[in-house]
Amino acid sequence: MRFTHFFILLYFLTFLNCKHEKSNLYKIEGKQIQVTDSIALDSEIEAFIKPFRDNIQKDLDSTLAYSAGTYSKNDGDFNTAVGNFMADAVYSEANPIFKSRTGKDIDLVLLNHGGIRAPLNKGSVSKRTAFQLMPFENSIVVIALKTSQINSLIDYLLKAKRAHPISKLKLTIDENFNLVDAKIKDEHIKNNHTYYVATSDYLYNGGDNMSFFKPNDSIYRINYKIRNALIDKFNKLDTIKPVIDDRFIQIK
Amino acid sequence: MKRRDFIQQASAGTALVTLGSLGLQSFTNKPKTTKVTILHTNDVHSHIDTFGPEDGRNANKGGVARRASLIDSIRKENPNTLLLDAGDIFQGTPYFNYYGGELEFKLMSKLKYDAATIGNHDFDNGIDGLYAQLPHANFQFLSANYDFSNTIMDTHTKPYQIFIKDGIKIGVFGLGIKLDGLVAPKMFKETKYLNPVEISQDMSRILKTEEKCDLVICLSHLGYHYRNSNKISDLSLAKATKDIDLIIGGHTHTFLPKPTVVKNKENKNMLVNQVGCYGINLGKIDFYFDSDKNKSANGTSIIV
Repeated sequence: MRFTHFFILLYFLTFLNCKHEKSNLYKIEGKQIQVTDSIALDSEIEAFIKPFRDNIQKDLDSTLAYSAGTYSKNDGDFNTAVGNFMADAVYSEANPIFKSRTGKDIDLVLLNHGGIRAPLNKGSVSKRTAFQLMPFENSIVVIALKTSQINSLIDYLLKAKRAHPISKLKLTIDENFNLVDAKIKDEHIKNNHTYYVATSDYLYNGGDNMSFFKPNDSIYRINYKIRNALIDKFNKLDTIKPVIDDRFIQIK
Repeated sequence: MKRRDFIQQASAGTALVTLGSLGLQSFTNKPKTTKVTILHTNDVHSHIDTFGPEDGRNANKGGVARRASLIDSIRKENPNTLLLDAGDIFQGTPYFNYYGGELEFKLMSKLKYDAATIGNHDFDNGIDGLYAQLPHANFQFLSANYDFSNTIMDTHTKPYQIFIKDGIKIGVFGLGIKLDGLVAPKMFKETKYLNPVEISQDMSRILKTEEKCDLVICLSHLGYHYRNSNKISDLSLAKATKDIDLIIGGHTHTFLPKPTVVKNKENKNMLVNQVGCYGINLGKIDFYFDSDKNKSANGTSIIV
């Protein structure tokens, strides 16, 4: 009797096995579907996102400071008010962090003109302003550069003839774009000296053809986004009133 | 006693007849055709909202709520659907800066993603930042070439997973890009990067030969192709391996006009696909299986 059961089971298994016949792949069709506004929104998903979106918008748009004017990156020849604001903010916000970790001070800041992604508009300034000025996730890095590399950095700026944002570096050029004077923190550049240059990780990695950062003695990643430095600066200020100054000028 | 034996034998006989006819039916039925649909995204980079009408390149494109309806309609048409993501889920909009990836994972869970691999930007809040968001992810992370054993992610990823859709066995394994030089070491900590080619050879052996999968898919964040470079990419991986049917890629934000048909190590055709970035596109690859050998006798036709 037990045997009969066993045979029934055996038959069952045999037949089940028959059904598990191998499948053969005979055709593949591939395409790409664009997610356009002709596709309806899923209302449940939309409702789920809404509180997150509203909260971000409220926070992004709450006023941190006021801008006294509208400052565009096209306002100056060799330095601009908005660029000066950004480079100075990187210096003032990043230097305490760098100093607390290394005991050293940042000597100068170099950003890039192309990295200013929007004008600083007159009126209310919020976190959204910082996202507009600096939408990228670039972080501040501090690089130890020898005097020879500082000279390459200055050569780059003379050749570029653009208002790349700088802080603590002062350059004077003549009508032929030759260097007349260069100072770091109001002092002439010393021979065989190591300077600590704050820039963005994007530029450090060769962005905008800034090839003078490598090789170097050391790089310090302070894990601080440029955008966050701007937001921290906004928080500290009541009115933002940057000016075009004499940090990079041409005498004619 | 005799009588009981007889009843037993009689019922056994009935059972056999019934089973026999059932079995016969299953053999005489016309061959069974199964369609498996693979949907995929890559490098969505926290793009939860549709691009605004002002956006230069992508105006009114993308958005998770629209992708959700699209996926839903495809699933209704074919329940045998897998939804996969090839990494770089994080970073790109304030949603990530504010919520650290929580909303991205919650939405992917709501959209019923089956698996994702890990991109370099998924380490942007450090490996601890990734780990912290795992409770919000109701899908499997796959990575065969990141050795997480000395990190907090240990046991939270799998090298591969096998999915069964209407009897079709689908093996999916994940690959990540070399993190050195791309991600700060303090972010990925003791994550070890293993050679993707060797790992893929192991994976395809396990999935095809040992597990006997009908379909082997590689979910890769290696990048589509690198000009003038020996860097491993999806195209070079395809050439160096066998028994992989589809490589779903990411990282290079490559917009392809259509999936690329390439030859593998055995000179067999296979597909490499990537759908750009930011959730602007959804990739859809349909695999048709038949129990009738004749259909596949002349090889698999690929229509792209």
